[in-house]
Formats: sequence, C-alpha cells, structure tokens
Amino acid sequence: MSSEATNNSAEIFSHHEDEVQLGFWLFLMSDAVLFGLLFATYAIMAGNIAEGPTGTEIFDLFNLSLQTALLLVSTLTIAIASRHAMLGNTKGAMFWLLASCVLGAGFIALELNELGGLVLAGNGPGRSGFLSAFFTLVSMHGLHVSAGIIWGVTLVLQLSREGVSSRLLSRIMRLTYFWHFLDIVWIGVYSTIYLPWIMA
Amino acid sequence: MNDTGFHLLGRLTIDALPFYSWVAAGGAMVTVLGGLGAIAFVTWFGLWKPLWRDWMTSLDHKRIGVMYIVLALIMLLRGFVDAIMMRVQQAMALNSEGYLPADHFEQIFSSHGTIMIFFMAMPFLAGLLNIALPLQIGARDVAFPLLNSISFYLSAAGAGLVLISLVLGKFSTAGWSGYPPYSGLEYSPGVGVDYWIWAILISGVGSTLSAINFTVTIMCKRAPGMKPMRMPIFTWTALCSSILMLFAFPALTVAVGLLGMDRTFGSHFFTNDSGGNVMNYMNLFWIWGHPEVYILILPAFGIFSEVAATFSSKKIFGYRSLVYATMVIAVLSFTVWLHHFFTMGSSPNVNAFFGIMTMIIAVPTGVKVFNWIFTMYGGRVRYETPMLWTLGFMMMFVLGGISGVLLAIPPVNYMTHNTTFLVAHFHNMIIPGVLFGYLAGYMYWFPKVFGFRLDHKWGVRAFWFWIIGFILAFMPLYATGLMGMPRRMAHYFDPELQPMLILALVGAVLILAGILCLAIQLWVSVKKREELADTTGDPWDGRTLEWSISSPPPAYNFARIPEVYDRDPFTEWKLAGRKPDKSDYSDISVPENSMLGVYLGAVAFAFGFSMVWQIWWLAVLCGLAIIGGLIVRSFVFDHEILIPAETVALADQSAGAGPVEGSQPA
Ligand SMILES: [Cu+2]
Repeated sequence: MSSEATNNSAEIFSHHEDEVQLGFWLFLMSDAVLFGLLFATYAIMAGNIAEGPTGTEIFDLFNLSLQTALLLVSTLTIAIASRHAMLGNTKGAMFWLLASCVLGAGFIALELNELGGLVLAGNGPGRSGFLSAFFTLVSMHGLHVSAGIIWGVTLVLQLSREGVSSRLLSRIMRLTYFWHFLDIVWIGVYSTIYLPWIMA
Repeated sequence: MNDTGFHLLGRLTIDALPFYSWVAAGGAMVTVLGGLGAIAFVTWFGLWKPLWRDWMTSLDHKRIGVMYIVLALIMLLRGFVDAIMMRVQQAMALNSEGYLPADHFEQIFSSHGTIMIFFMAMPFLAGLLNIALPLQIGARDVAFPLLNSISFYLSAAGAGLVLISLVLGKFSTAGWSGYPPYSGLEYSPGVGVDYWIWAILISGVGSTLSAINFTVTIMCKRAPGMKPMRMPIFTWTALCSSILMLFAFPALTVAVGLLGMDRTFGSHFFTNDSGGNVMNYMNLFWIWGHPEVYILILPAFGIFSEVAATFSSKKIFGYRSLVYATMVIAVLSFTVWLHHFFTMGSSPNVNAFFGIMTMIIAVPTGVKVFNWIFTMYGGRVRYETPMLWTLGFMMMFVLGGISGVLLAIPPVNYMTHNTTFLVAHFHNMIIPGVLFGYLAGYMYWFPKVFGFRLDHKWGVRAFWFWIIGFILAFMPLYATGLMGMPRRMAHYFDPELQPMLILALVGAVLILAGILCLAIQLWVSVKKREELADTTGDPWDGRTLEWSISSPPPAYNFARIPEVYDRDPFTEWKLAGRKPDKSDYSDISVPENSMLGVYLGAVAFAFGFSMVWQIWWLAVLCGLAIIGGLIVRSFVFDHEILIPAETVALADQSAGAGPVEGSQPA
C-alpha cells in the first residue's frame, strides 16, 4: 500500500513539473504581449523628439555591438548549461550558468553606462517622448535580464547544495526559455530602435 | 524636514489627514473604526489562531475562494456607499453646492468605479472560480496552490491601498479610467492618482498570476475522461476568461505603468508637451478595458448556464453553440476597443469598422440568450434564488444590450458620449450581467462550501429589492442622458433633471435594502444552519461533479478521482443508479499551509504605499524583501501533508455523499 502511494506521488511530481512548465509558457506569452505593447508605444513615439536629440545623435554603435555580442554569447552559454543539466552534469551546469550570468552582468553594466551617460548629459526620459519610450523599453528589458541573473545565481547556489535534481533541472529549463525570450526581445530592440537611427 | 529634498517620510506629512471636510473625516473614521473593530472582535473571541491556521495561511482553494468573496463583499459595501453618496449629492445639488465639495465628489466617483471593477468584481470572480472550478473538473486543488494564495494577497494589498487612501491623503479625482493629461502631474499633483496606479498595478499582478493558475488547472487537472467538449460551461467560460486576462492585463499594466512613469520620473508618454501622446493612453487602456468586460461577464454567463440547466432539470440547450459563442466573444472582444472614444478624432472609416465589430459581438451574446431560454423551455423550472437572479438577468441584460448596440452607432454615440446614457448602459450590463451572475453563483455554491443553504425567503427579498432598485436607479439615467446630462456632474442648473435624479436616489435606497437583505440572509442562515443543512451534498439536484461529493467537501475534495463519460456526469450516474464505489482508497497528499502569501501581500502593500508617498528608502527595502523572500522560498521543498488511506476511507464512508438512486431533493 505504502509503496504504491510513493509511486503514485512520484508520478504526480513529474506531472506537476509539466504543469509548471505550461504555466511558465503562459507567463512568457503574457510578458510577450507586454513587450509588444511597449514596442508599439515606442513606434508611435519614435518621431516625437520635441526639443531633444535624435537617436542618431546619442546612440553609439560600438557600445551597442558589445552589448549585443555579450547577450548573444550568453544565450549560447546558457544553452550549454541546460545541456549539461540534462546530462546530469552538476559541475558543468554550474560553470556555464555562472558564465551566462557574468555575460549578462556585463550586458547590464554596459546598459547602465549608456543610460547613465544619457541622463548625465541631460537626455534622460524627461527630455522627450522619444526618450521616454526608449528608456522605458530598454530598462524593462534590462530589469528582466537582471531578474534572470538573480535567478541564475540562485540556481548555481542550489545546484551546489543538491546537484541536478528533477526540480532544479526543470528550473534550469525555464531559465533557459526565459533567457532566449529576452534575447529575442533584444533583437527586436536592436533592430527596431537602435539600427534605424544608427543607419539614418 | 529640510530643504535638501530628502524627507524620511517622502511626501507624507500631517497634512495628509483628511480634515478638509467633515464627510471625508467621517469616512476615514468609519474605515479606521471598521478595521479596529474587526481586530478587536477577533482578539476578544480569541480567533487569531484559527483564523491564521485555517484561513490566512491555508492553501485550500475553497478557503482562498471564501476569502476572496469576503474581500469582494466588503469592497461591495464600500463601493456602494460611494454610489449612494453620489446619488444623494446629485438629487440635491440643483443650483447649489450640495453637501459634497466638487473635489470630494470627484474622489467618490473615481473610487466607486475603481473599487467596483478591480476590488469587488475581480475578487468575486476569482473567489467563485476558486471554489467551483476544481470541484467541477474533479480536481483536488488548483495547479499551483501557493501561487493562488499569493494572488489573493496581492489583490488584498491593492484593495488595502484604496482603503487607506481614505485615511491618509486623497484618492484620485480622475475617474476610474484615469485619463491623462488630467491624471498627469500637471493637473493632479497630489497622491490620489498614485494610489490609483499602485492599487491597480499590484492587484494586476495578482490577476495575471491567477489567470495562469486557472488556465493550467483547466488544461491539466481535469478528471480522466473529461474531454474539452465534456467540460461544464462554467469551466469553459472560466478558461476563456483566464486566457483573456493573460492577453489583456499587460495592456493595463503598460497604460497605468507609463502614467506612473510620467508622474514619478517626469517622462513624457501622456503629457501635452515634449512629444507626449495622450491618445496612446486611451488605446492602451481600452485594449484592456473592453476585454475586461468579458473577463468579468463570461464566467457569469457560465454560472447562468449551470443554474438554468440545474433548475430546469434539463441538459443545457445547444452546448456546442454556447462554447463556440464564448470563444467568438473572447476573440472579438479585442476588436472593439475604439468604441470607447468614437468622438476623439478617428476617421469615419475607422469609427465605422469598430462600430460594426461592436454590433457583431452582440450576435454570439444573443445566441446565448436563446440557449438559456430554450434550456428552460419544456423544463420544470424551480424558482430557487439562483434561478431568480438568472431570470432577472435575462430580462435586464437584453435591454442593456440593445442600448449598447445603439451606442455602437458612431453618429448616435456623438450625441450620447459622456452622458448618463452611457452610465446607464454599462451599469445595465454590469449589474444584471456580472453582479447578478456572481450573486447567483454565491447562492448556488454556498451550500457546497459551508454545508447549509442560504435562507430562501431573504434571498427572494434581496432579489426583488435589487432588481426594482436597479430599474429605478438606472432607467432615469437613460432619460437624463438623452436630455444631455453629462456624467460625473457635481451640481447642475437644469431643474428638469432633478425629478429623475431623485427617482434614481430612490432606486439606490432600494438597492441598499437589497444589500441589507443579503446581510440578513447570511445572518439568518447561519442561525438556522441545522434546519438548512445539506446532508446529501446535492441540494439542487445538480448535474456536475461538484455535487457528487459531500458538503462541505474534505480538504482533498475527491476521495477517489471520478471518471467522466459524458457531459453532466453526475446526472448520468443518478439516472443509471450508479452507487459510489466505497472501497479501495489510497493516500492523498494536500499542500501544507504557507505564510508566504501573507508576507508578500504585506510587503507589496508597503511597497505600493512607499511609492505613492515617495518614501524611497522604504520602497527599496520592500523591493529587496520581495526578492529575498522569493529566493529563500525557492530553497524550500514543497511540503505536503499525507492523509492516510484509512482516514480518507473513514471520512468518505461516513459522509454518505455520492450519487443516490433516484435522488430528488426538495
Ligand atoms: Cu467596450
């Protein structure tokens, strides 16, 4: 009787992980709508530069390329991390997760540097509608990346305590989806916000 | 205080206390005394421990559902006080100031709408979904019980912010929809709009999390054999409503969040100058706002469907058409938002498109009305209270729908825009459509949750007061609207309006009587609970799974997960004379209590409060407390309590619940 019960609960556990996965997809869907609306808002306000500078005047191709490179490499490293986790390799998963977090932190540092510089130069979100929309969308993405970094570091700590367990594996998978999702958003930011101004 | 711009309490000073008018001070008093009274009551009777253990930290979906509904009823009371204060003001404010300063009147209509939509209707909905949904699909709980508790406390935190705005500072004067530029910093420099923003943002997170929870619950936790086309209609409408929430709430978050950016960080999303775009707010707000109507009303339609079938003792007429109509409404609800601002400068072609879409959405809604009528046709209709609300709804809702189709015609809309005709229209949809539906659900599922029915006589009285009060309160507003009376008017000079507005006040007083009847009904029913006890678990001759278990159900709901072979599975069992299988039980695990929800709700409240008053250090602290709490929790393993099979067997065999041959309760 009792062994049957444990079998049963193990089954429910793995079934439950499926439910968590589905729930996370739903969350990403909702989050995608949020970003979509921020993009739409930016598209409406891109031309509203009022008295402020245009994007061409303030965006720096070098900084942007560096940011993009860091994020794209991190998406590769986190994929490697999830692969290691799937194979049950705790050390490998920890290393590559940490690497992704470091790359992500580099991205955030560059972003803070860029946004901070703009604010100090008097081109903060209060300067024009265009800058309001730009700052909000980019920092929203940055906040998501920061959340991803906190999540990743937490997972590394947990991996060091319990190794790759089924619950941690499922969390690593979700972090990976989240990370890829943020990459896709960044590609949107890159190609619809920065590039048109830089190419102009 | 100093001049460097740093204040320990941000903008919060002694001036925040509401001594600007005796009415406001009185409202603050009532709020504070109500809170203190509740605390004193619990302390006096030594109820803190059971309250904490059995309710506040419980992860049982039924208990969370009850807490949601208690929150909704408290907020209903508060929102209604706002309503009747407005009616009194308008009844007397001909050529005079009335008894409310205009600024205070504006706070009242803003908080009325905000409370009724976000903190009455939404929690009521979440409560009914929590209670009925897992039972209907044969599940032991929702998919994520802890997340469920967190959602509840986030809603409660938002409601708390609205309530405390009565005591500290003022509430928004910008209406429930908070249109900029008026709601921007330039015209609303105080904390009112910030209260509104943070209450909505925090409770919005809660709503999104519940939507995820309910969607996953319906998709993954149905009993074996319950294919999609065997799901009860209420479950279908819950699914569509949850998916709408997932897609629509981000628009609200963006609209209100960007307004908050403008107010807190001086950005220019919705300002008149520096490249702001005010129309973007209207679009974003109503991209959420119109689907919100269906988020609220689709589950109410589901309740009406369940009630109509049960109390007509017939299968629901046209099950498939009801399901498809629900889906069509859900999809179309995203294609009509512009009808909220036909007059704001869109081209005739755009207006025509949205006008036509709006009329089209009336078609699937009409289909549903016919479904309910044909469900009753040829049935033996039992006039229990849930059925009364359903019938009242059907009469009134058609009327509201017709005025809606009128408003959907752009030229007509130009005449009636921003008049009380519109106010009458949407109350005509929401009171019979949403509120009557939820009250029907409340009376329908009450015996399931508490094990005794609500008193019939007081329920009938409540119904008649509500419906007559509703007619008297809102039909005159159609007339005044056609006479050109703008909405939200603190005082006026046209004597022709006054008789109508006095009539509307009479209606509001009758609704007050209806609310009192609801309170008395609850009181009387608790007193007579022995007499009203539901011993079979099936007080209404129900058709769906929730009636196949005892009332109240055990924590794990189903001792054995049922198998489903058809729609209305419980009716099938009863007709087939199937006896419940009372052997072969296994251990069941239920989630252990958790105080994470209480913690996150409290911190979220403090966070919202500090953002409103710009107490930055506290906001940062709260932010860290939220992140820290989540990290700590992520290290913990889910704790479950194992209920041994013997206990389950004992409880199930003594309950006497389950399908009884030829059962025909009174
Ligand atoms: Cu609408």
